[in-house]
Amino acid sequence: MEVAGVGLHPFGRHPGTSLPAMGAAAVRAALAEAEVGRGGFQAAFCATAYAGVASGHKVLGALGMTGMPIVDVEAGCASGAAALMLAASAIASGQRDTVLVFGVEKMPKGIIRSSFFDPWQEEAGLAATPAYFALRAQRLMETSGVTKDHLASVVVKNRAQGAGNPDAMFRSAVAAADVLGSRVVCEPLHLWMLCSPNEGAAAVVLRAARRSGVRVDSAVLRSHLPGAVLSESTPLAGLADESVVPPSTLAADAAYEEAGVGPEDLDVVECQDTDAARELLGYEELRLCPPGGSAELLESGATALAGRLPVNPSGGLLSKGEPLGASALGQVVELVRQLRGQGAERQVPGARVALAHTVGRGANAGVVILTR
Amino acid sequence: MVARVPVRQGLFVDADPPLLLGGRCRSCGRPHFARQENCPYCSSAHTEDDAFSGPGRLWAHTAVTAAPPGYQGEVPYGFGVVELPVGLRVVGRLTEADPSRLSIGRLMDLVVVPLHVDDEGRHVVTYAFAPEAI
Ligand SMILES: [Zn+2]
Repeated sequence: MEVAGVGLHPFGRHPGTSLPAMGAAAVRAALAEAEVGRGGFQAAFCATAYAGVASGHKVLGALGMTGMPIVDVEAGCASGAAALMLAASAIASGQRDTVLVFGVEKMPKGIIRSSFFDPWQEEAGLAATPAYFALRAQRLMETSGVTKDHLASVVVKNRAQGAGNPDAMFRSAVAAADVLGSRVVCEPLHLWMLCSPNEGAAAVVLRAARRSGVRVDSAVLRSHLPGAVLSESTPLAGLADESVVPPSTLAADAAYEEAGVGPEDLDVVECQDTDAARELLGYEELRLCPPGGSAELLESGATALAGRLPVNPSGGLLSKGEPLGASALGQVVELVRQLRGQGAERQVPGARVALAHTVGRGANAGVVILTR
Repeated sequence: MVARVPVRQGLFVDADPPLLLGGRCRSCGRPHFARQENCPYCSSAHTEDDAFSGPGRLWAHTAVTAAPPGYQGEVPYGFGVVELPVGLRVVGRLTEADPSRLSIGRLMDLVVVPLHVDDEGRHVVTYAFAPEAI
């Protein structure tokens, strides 16, 4: 199947714009690219984690485009990947020809209150999401050559790339000294090493027919296996067992197999950089480097825009911010533009095979492989 | 003496030394915390009560510098994972709020600490981990 059209409402803070208005802008842009009008899609999946009941209906209702099944999908940070997976399944089964997928979110600044935690966990101070990121970062540092300087380098790389993205929230390059000079949120993570929850929308039109040239070769979502204490599933306790395969690796392996490609075939990657360490962990989990090799891959310059395998040419979540429901689809929008050669100053020359990776609470991990 | 109330019933025994109240699977033998009816690893419904004691080894640690949602206590506070001898890695508060004073592998005691005072004047308490004196 193909990506017939993509659309985006810039990620950032938009106090004067309602959630349906952001969603409608992204949907309209995607439908226009696909040359699909009212009645031209047979199902719609709306990804959102915080927008509440029937958000998809609000967006499509605002456009007067209802009547088909409209289903909201929540899978934490991977909500967009989950919606895409459902849409791709509906097309692959032959049940639908054209499906609209979109994601919307409008989140306040700061740590997000999540119904995921029990009230007692909040009361005990255990609902501290950035602290879990920090513990994971420390374990990565403990088990590989990753240092705080590497964490700062990821931020420098992604912010430099984001400076060229008009849809990003932060569009200025930063220096490592300033990253390390920003306040410590949870050691070893400083404020600028963490992405900002924010607002935005993204939309993708999937279609069975082949016209546009950008194909979806796999759209996989996997949840976690039990046992690991610091996986995105955030349990209260886990086993002393290093052998539990993380959900991102489960999803990546399935996606590589389905697409018939391997990590060595990739030209460009958008991966979940909720925090700077999360991107480096992604290198390992997606098999872009051997276990423990993420610092070396970063240091080699391979994952910078001019490198062999640019990661997060969009600037990543560290530049764009993270509107949960929209973020995974925002990665797909970026990669479709890269594959079409529409990446402007952040274009990866000659990109033909692209991978989008997202992982979040649940845990859920999504991997999408696109080719042209 | 100020009355104490656990932040959640059935989570730990407020004694000296304290105990964590978890369970063990009668099918696969693996321990879990907090107590669950079904084994979170093998799905068996045959589980039984078990209790776990310290000390354990610090496996990961940080400090929380801003109050997370729903938290009324003081900041900063220590936060980490301690590996107990039973083979469980448990997330919890640490009594040491300066990460530079701890390191991975440090022996940590299981303790009970106050969080805040509730509307009835009682100390709400939780389990936590404290570095053993060297
Ligand atoms: Zn079991």
